[in-house]
Amino acid sequence: MATLTLSQLDKSYGAFHAVKAIDLDVSDGEFVALVGPSGCGKSTTLRMIAGLEEISSGDIRIGTRVVNDLPPRDRNISMVFQSYALYPHMTVAENMGFTLKIAGRDKAEIDRAVTEAARVLEIEPLLDRRPAQLSGGQRQRVAMGRAIVRDPDVFLFDEPLSNLDAKLRGQMRTEIKQLHARLGATIVYVTHDQVEAMTLADRIVIMKDGRIEQVGTPDEVFNHPASLFVAGFIGSPPMNMAPATVQGGRLVLGDGAALPVPPDITVPEGARVTLGLRPDDLYPEGHGIHSEDGHAVESRELAVDISEPLGNETLLFVPFGGSTWTARMLNPRAVRRGETLRFHFDLSRAHLFDADTGQSLRT
Amino acid sequence: MMDANRKSRIRKRLTDWALTGLLFLAMCIICLPGLWIVLNSLRPTVEIMAKPPVWIPRELSFDAYVAMFSGVGQGGIPVVQYFRNSMIIAVTSTIISLAIGMSGGYAFARYRFRFKGGWFLGLMLTRAVPGIALSLPLFFLYARVGLIDTHAGMILAYTALNIPFTIWLIDGFFRQVPKDLAEAAQIDGCTRWQAFWQVEFPLARPGIASAGIFAFLISWNEFALASQLTRSTDSKTLPVGLLDYTAEFTIDWRGMCALAVVMIIPALLLTYAVQKHLVSGLTSGAIKG
Ligand SMILES: Nc1ncnc2c1ncn2[C@@H]1O[C@H](COP(=O)(O)OP(=O)(O)OP(=O)(O)O)[C@@H](O)[C@H]1O
Ligand SMILES: [Mg+2]
Repeated sequence: MATLTLSQLDKSYGAFHAVKAIDLDVSDGEFVALVGPSGCGKSTTLRMIAGLEEISSGDIRIGTRVVNDLPPRDRNISMVFQSYALYPHMTVAENMGFTLKIAGRDKAEIDRAVTEAARVLEIEPLLDRRPAQLSGGQRQRVAMGRAIVRDPDVFLFDEPLSNLDAKLRGQMRTEIKQLHARLGATIVYVTHDQVEAMTLADRIVIMKDGRIEQVGTPDEVFNHPASLFVAGFIGSPPMNMAPATVQGGRLVLGDGAALPVPPDITVPEGARVTLGLRPDDLYPEGHGIHSEDGHAVESRELAVDISEPLGNETLLFVPFGGSTWTARMLNPRAVRRGETLRFHFDLSRAHLFDADTGQSLRT
Repeated sequence: MMDANRKSRIRKRLTDWALTGLLFLAMCIICLPGLWIVLNSLRPTVEIMAKPPVWIPRELSFDAYVAMFSGVGQGGIPVVQYFRNSMIIAVTSTIISLAIGMSGGYAFARYRFRFKGGWFLGLMLTRAVPGIALSLPLFFLYARVGLIDTHAGMILAYTALNIPFTIWLIDGFFRQVPKDLAEAAQIDGCTRWQAFWQVEFPLARPGIASAGIFAFLISWNEFALASQLTRSTDSKTLPVGLLDYTAEFTIDWRGMCALAVVMIIPALLLTYAVQKHLVSGLTSGAIKG
């Protein structure tokens, strides 16, 4: 295992600037997730680390070695492809042992390593099959097996679970987490699924248009998003966002309705901002997640437009201040359309973003 | 309900039978000329030329084969030399066409370069020229550089003839091999070269094998160019050798058919030997699918 350092990493395809001066330090044994919308440069970054894509400028270090111009085989990395990329003409055992065979290890050693990896992933009965005879989930396991059969410095995953159905994805997520715990491996994991990133990663890197928007622990990016983009990208259902102007020390929303400025945020009079409030922090009285003690809670009587019961909770869609807000109701009861409830806005947990730059105004 | 089911089952069975019957008929028609040649090689010209045709032979003999191999002067032809020439020319040109076809096909399938479309179209267009139209210019050219009646000349001509085709066919097969596989192989420790031979080549093998068979058969059977560019037993191929059975006023049909059978046998054997590589669908399972 080793550290991984990207400094000022840059990639252009002709005139198109795909990755823009990325800096990232991954420590030994850390699990880092790269997330971001489609086309933001996640795969390109990963492929540059792997050596499958030439870098335009900057440095990549694995451990203390600069690997910029080394071919993939000399970087001592493993990679799991989104397509799995299993060799169709080899059996599962041959697929997994291929890397050791190329490295010139003897047969007994290869067998031992393959059997051990197969045991960890519980695919021993499949060893003699070919990839075409496997289900999607089994192929995914074999692809992982191929990665763990040797002892690489860094594991790279490119959306390894995106081809699986929701249930299997949840299951594999847990297994990847267990695998990371047992191997103590350094992992860079690309996904566009923020739930995967939140549940798996020690730190999350949120990318947008080839740039890093924020790097932080799941807790940091969830509770302290650095920008509007991060706030909107992390969390499900997404954060409520409402444009507002600061007037007389209050936030005046679209249709003239107003809320107090969240405590411990200072904004100049007349500033144009975006108010962000997670659905967890907007709830009908008596149905909230957090206790109200010591929180700056503001209440409004509002009519419910649509309710979506999910069993353990109900999402309520409530028009207010010129936009529709999503509220989360715990211990739900049936809510009729048009029913008026008393909603609490937990403003001490709200965020304000500069309307022009999108940067968080919380310091 | 039951009735509808039974009816549809019966209809399906009838369709199956009808299709099998049609297929059998088609096979008979396709195979008939071949069988006719084998048959004719075993019976006298009188019977071959008889009208109405004699379907069931009255007597069979291997005289034509015996004569063929009994040396020039005793009604034979230099069949061993012809066979040798054909083999050398067809095998060598096939190997060269395959080597170039593989490199070219791989390049077209994997790399981006300038004028790629134009190059490809140009290659294909060369195949649009009928071979016979090339024979006269080629003759003059070869006469100048002294390639007339040499193995090298024939190998060169056939290689040129086959390359566009092998490139086109092999390109299609490399295209079907996902790019990820070669990348995965490189991550697994292969050099670019190893990744090709360990992963991409085995997966494109059916295409390479088919290209090989076609290239071989084209060189093996070609007549128009060979009849112009070969002179003597130094380079005459089997198809040209067939002409040895024509005299000024007569054609020895039996001998010709016997030689044709001698020609067909290696082609059949080769096709049979290579066909096990033609299993298709090898790439399935590489990706989610
Ligand atoms: N070979 C290439 N030539 C030109 N542009 C490319 C090439 N490969 C990728 N790009 C561009 O670079 C950008 C980043 O691509 P990348 O594959 O890294 O996106 P991604 O973040 O992995 O997206 P996704 O979530 O859809 O996989 C995209 O806009 C893409 O169009
Ligand atoms: Mg991608």
